[in-house]
Amino acid sequence: MLKHSLAASALALAAASPVLADNPVPEDVTLAEDQSYTFWLLDAIKSMDPQINTDVEGSDVLRNLFEGLYNEDAEGNIVPGVAVDHTVSDDQKTYTFTLREDAQWSNGDPVTAEDFVFAWRRLADPATASEYAWYMELMQVENAPEIIAGEMPPEELGVTAVDERTLEVRITTPLPYFLQMLVHASTFPTHAATIEEHGDQWTRPENMVGNGAYVLDEHILGERVEMSKSDTYWDAENVVMETLTALTINDVNQGLTRYLAGELDRVDIPAGQFPRLKEEYPEQATSSPYSCSYIYMMNVGEKGPEALKDVNVRKALSYAIDRDIVVERILQGGQEPSYNWTHWATAGFEAPEIDYATWTQEERLERAKELMAEAGYGPDNPLDLTLQYNTSEDHKKIAIAASQMLKAIGVNITLDNYEWKVHTDRMQNQDFDLARYAWCGDYNEASTYLDLFTSYSGHNNGEFFNEEYDAVMRESKTAEDPLPLYQEAESILAAEMPIIPIYHYANVDMLNPQIGGIPTENVMQTWYGKDLYRAAE
Amino acid sequence: MLSYSLKRLAIAVPTLLILIVVSFVLMHAAPGGPFTSERELPPEVLANLNAKYGLDQPLWRQIVTYVWGILTEFDFGPSFVYKDRTVNEIIAQGFPVTLTYGILSFLVAVAVGVTLGVVAAIRQNSLLDYLAVGVSIGAQVLPNFVMAPILVLVFTLWLGWLPGGGWQGGQWQYVILPVIALSTSFMASIARITRSSMLETLNLNHIRTARAKGLPERRVILHHALKPAMLPVISYLGPAFVGMITGSVVVDVYFSTGGIGKAFVDSALNRDYAVMMGVTILMGALTILFNLVVDILYGWIDPKIRY
Repeated sequence: MLKHSLAASALALAAASPVLADNPVPEDVTLAEDQSYTFWLLDAIKSMDPQINTDVEGSDVLRNLFEGLYNEDAEGNIVPGVAVDHTVSDDQKTYTFTLREDAQWSNGDPVTAEDFVFAWRRLADPATASEYAWYMELMQVENAPEIIAGEMPPEELGVTAVDERTLEVRITTPLPYFLQMLVHASTFPTHAATIEEHGDQWTRPENMVGNGAYVLDEHILGERVEMSKSDTYWDAENVVMETLTALTINDVNQGLTRYLAGELDRVDIPAGQFPRLKEEYPEQATSSPYSCSYIYMMNVGEKGPEALKDVNVRKALSYAIDRDIVVERILQGGQEPSYNWTHWATAGFEAPEIDYATWTQEERLERAKELMAEAGYGPDNPLDLTLQYNTSEDHKKIAIAASQMLKAIGVNITLDNYEWKVHTDRMQNQDFDLARYAWCGDYNEASTYLDLFTSYSGHNNGEFFNEEYDAVMRESKTAEDPLPLYQEAESILAAEMPIIPIYHYANVDMLNPQIGGIPTENVMQTWYGKDLYRAAE
Repeated sequence: MLSYSLKRLAIAVPTLLILIVVSFVLMHAAPGGPFTSERELPPEVLANLNAKYGLDQPLWRQIVTYVWGILTEFDFGPSFVYKDRTVNEIIAQGFPVTLTYGILSFLVAVAVGVTLGVVAAIRQNSLLDYLAVGVSIGAQVLPNFVMAPILVLVFTLWLGWLPGGGWQGGQWQYVILPVIALSTSFMASIARITRSSMLETLNLNHIRTARAKGLPERRVILHHALKPAMLPVISYLGPAFVGMITGSVVVDVYFSTGGIGKAFVDSALNRDYAVMMGVTILMGALTILFNLVVDILYGWIDPKIRY
């Protein structure tokens, strides 16, 4: 048996101190009478069922109502949740988790290994028809693809309850980031008896049985979600925040107004307003890295334009974009200009040296013009391309700026704006030249980004098929230290340039300074209500 | 009158059916589907989803199954996007909210609009007239998506009198701003229509007769002028009423009421076929119903109209 290297060492540290988490409140803080936290949701929660939910916002709520095997701490390290410890087999393909004895469901039942088995099978089961069923495949759990395809019964999934407190998971390929994946809401346990009794209605406040630090009191679709502290949670004595309220406000500016009126404790800042708010409310306006990457994808496949099959043209397009203008003039919220794909703050990742990242914009522009000339384009033979983006003020501003920048190297861009579903549909059918795209990491490790451009990924809409890239990514799955391979993959992307990296996201927030415990160093922006507290004014 | 009403209701059934079929086909013709997402689903997962929601059936069969479910069990199906809710539940939650602020807005708009219009007409070209016309034009040119943020800015942020949004089961503080935002432009239209119609009526022969026989002006206006002057207003009120009670996406978005207007627009963007059909049918049925009500009111107001 082998303890897992990176994540396990952090885990071992956490486990070395007593397993009980500590009270989140620093000693010099006086708590407010009212321990309530109100946060903002842009959209209505689509489902409160962990195996059905697909949204980041849904996960923010679910993390408080349910608890998986592991949680993340403020820096994004893995810390015990329902599992206190685990061992990994020598071939790195079998994980055995030891579950804590005091974990309880909100109806008083103990949380057992069987509950995880039930939930994971349910996620993969075609009868559940979960949009996140593929997450079981991503986790490489044994037989997941066959079960999803309906070729095997869900009972064949590689997850077994050895006894009440021991859960065994078998995966088909070693995954260096397997534990990080367990933080995802899709893997949370669910209470079989409740689901059997109430069917689709089990997520109603009156029916729901969860195992998180909070219970669901009310859920009015599109208006609000109310949660209060659960007495049955194993660490309830260290949970300070008594109630959590999520308000749905569909307009970012309106959200900000209501924050300023004191109705919310945390809200996103609309693009371009950060500098003004930072000056006016220096203690409240914050910006921290957020694991999403914004690019223009180029269609290099058969249906794409001939010009984009030429690597020189692709490079020229990328060189011509002045990222500094995008982040400093348009977004203005602490986003980082990007010359590579993986978000810079991803754990364990370091971008390789990418030549054009170090050049000045004048040098890039110079080189871009040369490359265009080499490819046979110039003032008298301009290149016509379309740039497609989905409806959003920010995407529009960036697209307009980009089209102006590309004009400088003799590329005429026609802007095509589509609403979200049409945009997505066209991309997935390769009906585009250049298209705005963004990807947010599923877990805090570079492969969540880099896997996307393998020929077998299913999200590679630009059809960049590169054998060398595939080989590097395959090798990374079993490598002791995958970083050099990730860097190689990034270098291939920089050399072949199937995408134009634009910027790496930041979470730009107004946060009530009374609220403590919000993680700012976790690039996944994963937060738990149980870690929060409200200080007295 | 009764047979006329019954005839109209009988025509409503095929009208609704045509509405269902046309919306159904148009909706499915739009690119993308309820399960189109940034993370393209593996084909087998998509197949499972389509099977679960019956999207793997031919379109005609989907329509037949859908209509059959409505006729036999009044079941509008499950939402494709809000997976733990049915369309009936979404409408049952959102429609009462919309109905509440819609009816209140309607009452406010009619009361204020008609009063303004009448006052402006009988005091034509006076300061009162200019004021009433000014107010109504002002309200007309301020669309509710401008009105709503201004209201929140003033009453929530500056004065701190009212909450900037939410519904809280319809407590009065939460209802005021949505009602103002929704009613103003309707009020303005009603005031303008009332004013011009009243001016026209006041020049009619029967009014001159009424005045000539020495009736007090008050009686002339209320008993002889108001009723005929209301005809164009009422033909406007039918669709306006349906428009108000089926909600406004602007009000729902700015005030986070959880109403049906936002659900309708979302369902179109999300390709949530079931919710979109449910709300379309609801709006269609209400429109047909209130057009009928307006026609009946016409007959009551104008004795020249016979059915």
